[in-house]
Amino acid sequence: MYVAVKGGERAIENAHRLLAHERRGDRDVPEVSLDQISEQLSLGVDRVMTEGSLYDRELAALAIKQARGDMIEAIFLVRAFRATLPRFGATEPVDTGEMQVRRRISSTFKDIPGGQILGPTFDYTHRLLDPQLAEGWVPEPPATGEASAAAMPRVTDILGRDGLIEPSPEAVADSAVGDLTREPLSFPADRDLRLQNLARADEGFLLALGYSSQRGYGRNHPFAGEIRFGVVEVEFFAEDAGFAVPLGGIALTECQMVNQFKGSASEAPCFTRGYGLAFGQSERKTMSMALVDRTLRARELAEEVVAPAQDEEFVMSHSDNVQATGFVEHLKLPHYVDFQSELGLLRKLRKEFAEAAEAPEMQEAAE
Amino acid sequence: MTETTENARQAQRKAAMAVLAHSDAADIMGRLDAVALPAHENLREPENGLVMVRGRIGGDGAPFNLGEATVSRAAVRLSTGEVGFGYTLGRDRQKARMIALCDAMLQSDQFAGAVESGVIAPLRAAMVANRNRDAAETAATRVDFYTLVRGEG
Repeated sequence: MYVAVKGGERAIENAHRLLAHERRGDRDVPEVSLDQISEQLSLGVDRVMTEGSLYDRELAALAIKQARGDMIEAIFLVRAFRATLPRFGATEPVDTGEMQVRRRISSTFKDIPGGQILGPTFDYTHRLLDPQLAEGWVPEPPATGEASAAAMPRVTDILGRDGLIEPSPEAVADSAVGDLTREPLSFPADRDLRLQNLARADEGFLLALGYSSQRGYGRNHPFAGEIRFGVVEVEFFAEDAGFAVPLGGIALTECQMVNQFKGSASEAPCFTRGYGLAFGQSERKTMSMALVDRTLRARELAEEVVAPAQDEEFVMSHSDNVQATGFVEHLKLPHYVDFQSELGLLRKLRKEFAEAAEAPEMQEAAE
Repeated sequence: MTETTENARQAQRKAAMAVLAHSDAADIMGRLDAVALPAHENLREPENGLVMVRGRIGGDGAPFNLGEATVSRAAVRLSTGEVGFGYTLGRDRQKARMIALCDAMLQSDQFAGAVESGVIAPLRAAMVANRNRDAAETAATRVDFYTLVRGEG
């Protein structure tokens, strides 16, 4: 039990003042602006938006600045901000097939309609630190090529035409889309809730779980069927206007994992799939998410649940880094009363132990 | 008004809203400043809120909740009665109000031409130019992977 303590107000106030001072750092060094964070630390901003579960670059940049670059603290700040605004409703589901693609690759087919497009990627870099970046180096403008007007169908749609891959689950008429921000989690959880949970889950946690499944802790033999990153249009059905109004575009990353087969006496074998979707350019996150989405389908695909990555209660209950950090970090708050009671109990046990140890000797002495 | 012309007008309003939502508030304001504006009032005070952004399982399946986004909305009524609605991602309430004003003007026979040619058309041209530039930069990173045959057959 946690018993509250009082006092320390002045110390707390001064500690926060000291924090603000340290956050600013050396005052001879120019202060970073939100634009600088948003433009130049953009993948950090993407992560805070994804796990903070709020698409707003400026707010995510502010959170990163306020949190001194501590990503989980920044995510916490963004989550808390969400509670200050009313929700107008839900958007129409976005169509990633109509994405204005900035990057799109497939590790399963080299010749895909629309082509393989590397876009801005760390892939194939040598991971050598670049001293030029420390010296105010100005990069060349990007090369340009001839844009193709050809459509870029999802790779899974191409496989689906031949029945080689299972189709995506269809919406069940009249059933509400699960929302874990409105109702507490209960198990077993449907895939819509699982994906919502994974979308806001800690990247490191999902990375480790996905990795564990690749190493044999859970059944996963995946190919990255497709990863795409770009801007999709968002529409919202506005009651007052009476039609779905465009809200603008948001950057998303999508990953389609293609996994080994399922089949039965009545159904021909086909590939199965795992799905990942996140705000911004969040490739590692969506790949990990797609791996874990697939492992969590063990029950549905009649696979034996033997590994943590297949256990939906384990995964979903521990994936949220704001919840996790709350419970871990609460340990540093004053627990003086709890600890006093444990100390009292321990002293009593030790006294009993000492008395029991002395007792036989006394018996011997008496004999 | 027939259903067809009503649908056509709604499509035009939607297309204009898409252009405006993609444009910077400062650019919209710059264009609006050059257009003679009708008398109007706020029907809904500009406000901030959230929408839950939905994706689809597998890209094309049942919907799921991905995460929220900040939005702003407003509604404006012209003195001649036309009501326009403004919605946009982000927390810029004035941008939502300007979109609502443009939407109202697009529904007015008197002002539709001016707002289309003075505001929407140039912003659309800028949006298309941005997209084409992005597409050209992206196209330069298109690769042709080839697999090497190892050994003799």
